[in-house]
Amino acid sequence: MPKREDIKKVLVIGSGPIVIGQAAEFDYAGTQACRSLKEEGMTVVLVNSNPATIMTDKDIADMVYIEPLTPEVVKQIIIEEKPDSILPTLGGQAALNIAMELEECGFLKEQNVKLIGTTALTIKKAEDRLEFKKTMEKIGEPCAPSEIVTTVEAAVAFAGTIGYPVVIRPAYTLGGSGGGIAQDEEQLRTICENGLRLSRVGQCLIERCIAGWKEIEYEVMRDSAGNCITVCNMENIDPVGVHTGDSIVVAPSQTLSDKEYQMLRTSALNIITELNITGGCNVQYALHPDTFEYCVIEVNPRVSRSSALASKATGYPIAKVSAKIALGYTLDEIPNAVTGKTVASFEPALDYVVVKIPKWPFDKFIMAKRTLTTQMKATGEVMSICTSFEGALMKAIRSLEQNLYSMRLPGLAENSTEEIREKLHRIDDRRIFVIAEAIRRGISYEEIHDITKIDTWFLDKIAVLTEMEERLKSEPMTKKLMLDAKRLEFPDRVIAELTGKTLKETKQLRKEVYGIHAAYKTVDTCAAEFEAETPYYYSCFASENEVEAKHERKKVMVLGSGPIRIGQGIEFDFCSVHSVWSLKRSGYETIIVNNNPETVSTDFDIADKLYFEPLTPEDVENIVDLEKPDGAVVQFGGQTAIKLTEALLKMGVPILGTSAENVDAAEDRELFDEILEKCRIPRPAGKTVFTTEEAIAAANELGYPVLVRPSYVLGGAGMQIAISDSDVREFMAVINRNVQEHPILVDKYLMGKEVEVDAVCDGEDILIPGIMEHVERAGIHSGDSISVYPAQSLGEHVEEVIVDYTRKLAKALDVIGLINIQFIVYKGEVYVIEVNPRSSRTVPYISKVTGIPIVDLASRVILGEKVKNLGFGTGLAPEAGYIAIKMPVFSFEKLRGADIGLGPEMKSTGECLGIAKTFNEALYKAFLGAGIKLPKHKKMIITVKDADKPEAVGVAKRFEALGYEIYATRSTAQILQNNGVKAIPVHKLDGESPNVMDLLLSHEIDLVIDTPTQGRDKSRDGFLIRRVSIETGVTVLTSLDTANALVTSLENRQNALTLVDIAKL
Amino acid sequence: MKAFLILEDGTVFEGTSIGSAGEVISEIVFNTSMTGYLEVLTDPSYAGQAVVMTYPLIGNYGICYSDMESAKVWPDGYIVRELSRLPSNFRSQAGIEDVLKAKDIPGICGIDTRALTRILRERGTMNGMITTNADYDLQKVLKQLKEYRVTGVVKKVTCEKKHTTRPEDFIPTDLEKAKQIGVSEGAKRYNVALMDFGSKKNIEHCLVKRGCEVTVYPAYTTAEEILKDAPDGVMLSNGPGDPAECVEIIAEIKKLCDSGVPIFAICLGHQLTALANGFQTAKMKYGHRGANHPVKDLESGRVYISSQNHGYVVMEDSIDPAVAKVSFINANDHTVEGLRYLNKKVLTVQFHPEACAGPQDSEFLFDEFIKMMEVQE
Repeated sequence: MPKREDIKKVLVIGSGPIVIGQAAEFDYAGTQACRSLKEEGMTVVLVNSNPATIMTDKDIADMVYIEPLTPEVVKQIIIEEKPDSILPTLGGQAALNIAMELEECGFLKEQNVKLIGTTALTIKKAEDRLEFKKTMEKIGEPCAPSEIVTTVEAAVAFAGTIGYPVVIRPAYTLGGSGGGIAQDEEQLRTICENGLRLSRVGQCLIERCIAGWKEIEYEVMRDSAGNCITVCNMENIDPVGVHTGDSIVVAPSQTLSDKEYQMLRTSALNIITELNITGGCNVQYALHPDTFEYCVIEVNPRVSRSSALASKATGYPIAKVSAKIALGYTLDEIPNAVTGKTVASFEPALDYVVVKIPKWPFDKFIMAKRTLTTQMKATGEVMSICTSFEGALMKAIRSLEQNLYSMRLPGLAENSTEEIREKLHRIDDRRIFVIAEAIRRGISYEEIHDITKIDTWFLDKIAVLTEMEERLKSEPMTKKLMLDAKRLEFPDRVIAELTGKTLKETKQLRKEVYGIHAAYKTVDTCAAEFEAETPYYYSCFASENEVEAKHERKKVMVLGSGPIRIGQGIEFDFCSVHSVWSLKRSGYETIIVNNNPETVSTDFDIADKLYFEPLTPEDVENIVDLEKPDGAVVQFGGQTAIKLTEALLKMGVPILGTSAENVDAAEDRELFDEILEKCRIPRPAGKTVFTTEEAIAAANELGYPVLVRPSYVLGGAGMQIAISDSDVREFMAVINRNVQEHPILVDKYLMGKEVEVDAVCDGEDILIPGIMEHVERAGIHSGDSISVYPAQSLGEHVEEVIVDYTRKLAKALDVIGLINIQFIVYKGEVYVIEVNPRSSRTVPYISKVTGIPIVDLASRVILGEKVKNLGFGTGLAPEAGYIAIKMPVFSFEKLRGADIGLGPEMKSTGECLGIAKTFNEALYKAFLGAGIKLPKHKKMIITVKDADKPEAVGVAKRFEALGYEIYATRSTAQILQNNGVKAIPVHKLDGESPNVMDLLLSHEIDLVIDTPTQGRDKSRDGFLIRRVSIETGVTVLTSLDTANALVTSLENRQNALTLVDIAKL
Repeated sequence: MKAFLILEDGTVFEGTSIGSAGEVISEIVFNTSMTGYLEVLTDPSYAGQAVVMTYPLIGNYGICYSDMESAKVWPDGYIVRELSRLPSNFRSQAGIEDVLKAKDIPGICGIDTRALTRILRERGTMNGMITTNADYDLQKVLKQLKEYRVTGVVKKVTCEKKHTTRPEDFIPTDLEKAKQIGVSEGAKRYNVALMDFGSKKNIEHCLVKRGCEVTVYPAYTTAEEILKDAPDGVMLSNGPGDPAECVEIIAEIKKLCDSGVPIFAICLGHQLTALANGFQTAKMKYGHRGANHPVKDLESGRVYISSQNHGYVVMEDSIDPAVAKVSFINANDHTVEGLRYLNKKVLTVQFHPEACAGPQDSEFLFDEFIKMMEVQE
């Protein structure tokens, strides 16, 4: 069926800010789909509140609205833009929900807009629990049986029909408390009785327990003619019980025979057909490990994280094909972009193994529970490709950048075998390493399998790796041993360590004596059956290299930013991709190296060549040996790429842009102090220390409060504000848990206004697109602060000083490319607090709102162009006619036990934008985009630390004026009452009713303002109040500055928003 | 033990010996299925060939004997990248090496199977030798390889004597047992004559499951003998080798076609029927072997993913439009994948609706065959 004629203008809905469970994969999908739509001559209108995405670029869509993703806003866009269709299947659950709401209220019909890519009926059948169950029953596809009960007897009766064990899930309890798994009737009675009591509505869900079954996923495509294919299947190494986003996943499935594979494939095709899906769809199964029995766990009638993984794992561009199907094409009419010869209606055949490992934020949230459950906790993931499972696993482990290069997790070796046995029972991010240790201790596969339910095939593969460790330790080195180790992807550094040699010796032995080099293979969707046109490669050893490195043009290697994590998010992928595009336009051949399957940069048509590889010196060097690039760009790939600078220089690859020495100078305290002094730029007084005693001495000399932090870190990791010696002692202990190669910094903490700039510099001139001012005073990480462009309250003089300092610093550091500087304005003086001679988190945001493409400009400057010739002038660019506010977005509800109090260490996972003609409207939009939709019940709780109490009065008065009923803990209430606020005192958590807990559970509280006292003591009431609030879905603010901003936005609430098409800026 | 794979073009791969330690010359072909290695090994169409599996990890789920598509292992040799040392699946009864050893099949592992596949793709299917003899004389071997021809394979694979399976004898597969699937209830009992050119077990199984009584005939049975038994329909099976070589069989198929009895043919059967009707077949550069080939039904426009295993193809321009029309084409290379004969109840397909290994999307063609027999009455 050819393209439909009734589709000309399509509205694409994005997925909004990055949160745990909804991450960069939707930028990848949306970008690919928009490009695919434009290729077909469509006019594309895009809405997404997330400014860090590539999909919100004006070259990706025709009209771009970075506006809050609410049904009202989307309605308004539809009225203004009059699209004929909406494609809602590319923006995750967020987009699907909005589309459903607009459809159900009749708005779409009224406006003559159709949903394409899916229908409302399809969404309902797939998403509604009951409808879904009914549909599956109709076509004979089994689901895990479940029933809602209100009495223990009903629970026992139902369990009798489905058999034990059963899962008990009380309705509406915090984080699933009160639930559990019952092996028999007695246990069921106990758990269920307790669960019914804890549940606010007196209900429990009783469900057949399928934990421990194999978890298998199929990615399926279907077109309007009914043609169906499966793109690939995937097997979770972690059985059912761990969210698939938190599981280690392998593609294709490894332990399924053709009978099970085809049984589930046929089932998936039946399901997609019955749901009448047109486009991509994901079906998750639980498969009994010892029978053919299976249950359908879930169906996602849209592109998803798994489909992004499947796309990268196979080379099959699911989002692109989905978009074409939405326009009416059938699978056999869409060419296979990889081979150029075949069509999209085929199933990829893999001749390699793909492993995905999630990236968890437990290094950031040291108090959060590491246990993995059905609630996803990972912020990102890495993928690796190899010809063996062991090799793919080893590559994925080192791609995670957690300073681990093998299956040996430090510390486990010291545990007793009994402790290891005990640890096997813990389902957390370290389980795979515990399994390796258990195998080393000789614990049998059977025992490990009985505890973990992980298939013995995988256990044996881990054993292959531990056996190799042993061989390297005990056998004399031979060419064969080296080759065997490399085949399993043992990095040189691990081989060196195990054989007692130096890295240099090992590398020399491997390369020069044995002649063992990495070979590169192509990901071609067809297992070499057809010639491929795509330049998508992975490495392996003991193989023929099939990649030809031509040298027709100058060649530049761009290092990507690896997995998405807190502090290094999608922004750096935006920068990497734009840099590649810019270098290509300048006539260079581009090579990208990255390992993140969720990103645009790892699409095979972005750079001239894509190497899907770990970002370690050895892996990069292997590529360099083959490609011999003329230079490398590291300043766009965040800390991941910057860390490779030294290694690249050693390989003889010139770093394009700012030199390595100057990057160092910005990080090295003493060198940096010298530069500041030379430029006569003040900074808060500070010291470098190594020991706790030195730190305490320094703190006392500077005077409290002080900032304590390690140097060379990401997103303020480990940074804390100390107000006493005991704080310093506590923080130093935390920092020193990891061996510190670099000194620790102790700085005077100035509680001033924080200001930030990004600038392009060519060594002579600079261009600052704009100055951004933070709403929160210094002390809260810049990534967690509300950022306002243009700065609202600095005054001409301060702005001039900032521009002057930026120019001086850029010149002194000889910056070629991008620089990011953070300032504190304290009592009218400007201090520099941090300089990063590289791209920063704010680059996409400031580029979009000013219309100045700074990554492109920086890339051209890196290649030798001059700022003054770029067409955007020099110095501080004139202000755009809009106020743009970047609002951080957090994922605290997903991380049990994590402290949500903001501080110098970054905690947000994403951001959204509010852009408008006025400050107030921009602020309102920013809060709305972040999901804060107030007022609801007009009740709030205030509990603040002593230092904040006087200031809290002003905030409370403003909320009171808006009609808010204010509850406050005793001492806060006292101050508020003394100052004329009608605060109602309440007890803290464990006090008698009414206490804070009762209030929160009444579900009538809109907002909690709780400013944390110092220290990380978990048992403090404040911590618990914040956690309970988050888990009951209440908005919590931990800074009075944020609270003031929110009340400003509420005071100026407007119903009709003005929309801004940023493509026209 | 070391093993070598020597190709006709002089390329030598060094790996490790698996299976029996013998030496074998064969035609080297590749298969891209990611699962179903046992089904491939027991598919009689591989007689006279050595198979390279492009998926690098083979043997992961071990051997479930009931999944065998025939009683024997047919390929002359087996070429893989890595053989799993610990098979894992609840039905697994043995490891793949046990089977190779028991059936005396030599093989090689530890070689770069992708590099080998690329050679076969670029230069076409060619002969090769698997040997554990490190002192081979390359020139001598190459001469042997050039001279080697695959012939007489149908004779090798077909059954010795006629036998019948009745619906009462139906033996469910493990999966059917688990799902309690038996012979379709109320199905009319048709007598189907299955000509065995190297038939996969599941062809018979698909028919019996649909209530048919299937009588299997050796490949060289005459049309008269078959027709004497008055079958309701004739099923022509898959099989190995060059179809044009099977001159006698083609002559008998011509008679069957003329008799008016409904015919359904798969793979070799499809090619032989084409030849019987005066069309031509040709050897493909490297054939279609795998579980992911899209075939398009030209009547409905629907595309199905199919299991395939063939090195020869019916040439489109040799088809007389007055005799037959193309019903299926391969969506990738547009080669002929199925024919419908005009004014006759004859339906033939190049791909494998019986799957095993591979997708079951086109199993409905067996239902169509049943319908062809229905209308007959």
